[in-house]
Amino acid sequence: MSSGIAEWADEAKTRVGFFTDTSVCIGCKACEVACKEWNLIPQDGQDFLARSYDNTGELNGETWRHVAFIEQEKPLHTNGDGTTGLRWLMESDVCKHCTHAACLDVCPTGSLFRTEFGTVVVQEDICNGCGYCVPACPFGVLDKRHLPATTDKPPLFLGKKEDGRVWKCTLCYDRLRGGHEPACAKACPTKSIQFGPLDELRERADARLEKLQDEGWNGAQLYLRDPDDGIGGGGAFFLLLDDPEVYGLPPDPVVTTSHLGAMWTNMAAAAAVFAVGIAGTFLWGSHD
Amino acid sequence: MTDGVRSYYGHPVIKEPTWTWEIPCYFFTGGLAGASAVLSTASKLFGNEKLSRVALYVGATADAVSPGLLISDLGRPERFHHMLRVFKVTSPMNVGSWVLLVSGGASSTQALLELLGVLKPVKIAAEVASTVFGPPLATYTGVLIADTAVPVWHEARRELPWLFGASAAASAGAAACVFLDPADAGPARRLAIGGVAAEGGLMRAMELRLGEVGEVYQYGAAGSFARAAKGLAGAGAALLALRGRRSRAAAVVGGALVCAGELCLRWSVYKAGIQSARDPKYTVQPQRERASRNGGSKATTLPAARTGSAG
Repeated sequence: MSSGIAEWADEAKTRVGFFTDTSVCIGCKACEVACKEWNLIPQDGQDFLARSYDNTGELNGETWRHVAFIEQEKPLHTNGDGTTGLRWLMESDVCKHCTHAACLDVCPTGSLFRTEFGTVVVQEDICNGCGYCVPACPFGVLDKRHLPATTDKPPLFLGKKEDGRVWKCTLCYDRLRGGHEPACAKACPTKSIQFGPLDELRERADARLEKLQDEGWNGAQLYLRDPDDGIGGGGAFFLLLDDPEVYGLPPDPVVTTSHLGAMWTNMAAAAAVFAVGIAGTFLWGSHD
Repeated sequence: MTDGVRSYYGHPVIKEPTWTWEIPCYFFTGGLAGASAVLSTASKLFGNEKLSRVALYVGATADAVSPGLLISDLGRPERFHHMLRVFKVTSPMNVGSWVLLVSGGASSTQALLELLGVLKPVKIAAEVASTVFGPPLATYTGVLIADTAVPVWHEARRELPWLFGASAAASAGAAACVFLDPADAGPARRLAIGGVAAEGGLMRAMELRLGEVGEVYQYGAAGSFARAAKGLAGAGAALLALRGRRSRAAAVVGGALVCAGELCLRWSVYKAGIQSARDPKYTVQPQRERASRNGGSKATTLPAARTGSAG
């Protein structure tokens, strides 16, 4: 479905991504801050959400790294003495840079594209704010920016006061091209956010999962690591300590365009019956 | 799940569509335009010139309004032409933009030349184009919304193009009834009545297939619009069937009621999408069930290679 890294031919680079190991996340939000700083993301208000230490709430046009905080009455280890204390789960969420990316597939302008690093990026000089990618993303990552437009000279016709475009994590495309790691990974003090070639990260994640399971960590699992899942695996994947939905992630995401072929065929049938049906009104009951 | 559907503080998993009022209105005008183009040509072929002309003007008007609605919804309206810098079959919105461009351009050309009475060969070429692109114009919007992660849309992907097609046909027939002497409006009347009947059946089939997530059509704005659609279109179709043949007034009122009902139907589907995106249970529950059916969560609890069960 998605245009792949292979389209870059000779210019293709090794596919890179994030492995976010939530078992060592300390919830410092350095990733959120570094992301905002490097990418010059405007501030979008300071809200108190009463969701543990989470006050950014979600990934959206103005938040490209989001740390989730979950407080649970669950044992940290399954092989412990069974005491159930408070367990504090923290997870730095980010765009998944899907192998089969719905946002990229449905984008009508070609603004969303696959980079030579295999990541998915919005070209802000192309995006016209149609918003199709917003409900197409199975993770709710992209959103339209409703903050005031920052261009100095608004167009003569058809201009709007707000930015109106769609924004998301670029996996620091500019830094990658300069040979640097993304700002969030650079800022992470515990190596919860690991950046590198995707193949390497997967091996590292497998070893880490095995270690945590040997140690009896409750609920340890890899999320979006499997290249055979509904999105072909994430360019950004995670080690979680509970089921994905607890972190606000979909348990079995499937790229919506995996059904698109059947949808077009079905529509062609509907369109044909529609035309025949209209013509039929002239034949049937033509006595009046 | 015994402990109900789990979520992150009840926060939605997916983003609700950012589309505003223009989009459900466009679903109506685009459908009306596509169906009217086909109705106009069919009328001409069957020798009903008056109906053909009325359907042509109704369709051309709807076609002229549609791009305005779509451009107005864009976050950057001045970049509307970026829709046409690529052709992309994986994007129903891109395909739809091309369909609307050709179909709309053709129907306005045709209407203008008909009014002026000049350039007959060009007019016929335009008529062919608008007729060929009419059915896709009336149905592609069903694919457009189904091709999202919104549960109540994606899971209705089989019914939506048919439902929108039936709704479009009903509105085209009904609109023609409003502007035409009942003596000439026979096929339009039957189209309106048949469209409303088909749409009722398709709506029911869609709700049955949707199962639990289909409940969004029962409450909130989606529920109100669904009931209004059923009431208005049903009353309009009944009026057309009982009195539309003899009374001009009944034809006008009946046609207007059906059109209002079809507009409400599009609004109902639009609002249902927002409601189903807003509640995480509609996203999480079916996926959790699917994951359990496929033998546990899709999340890897042990690397396949290490469990020795790969394959």
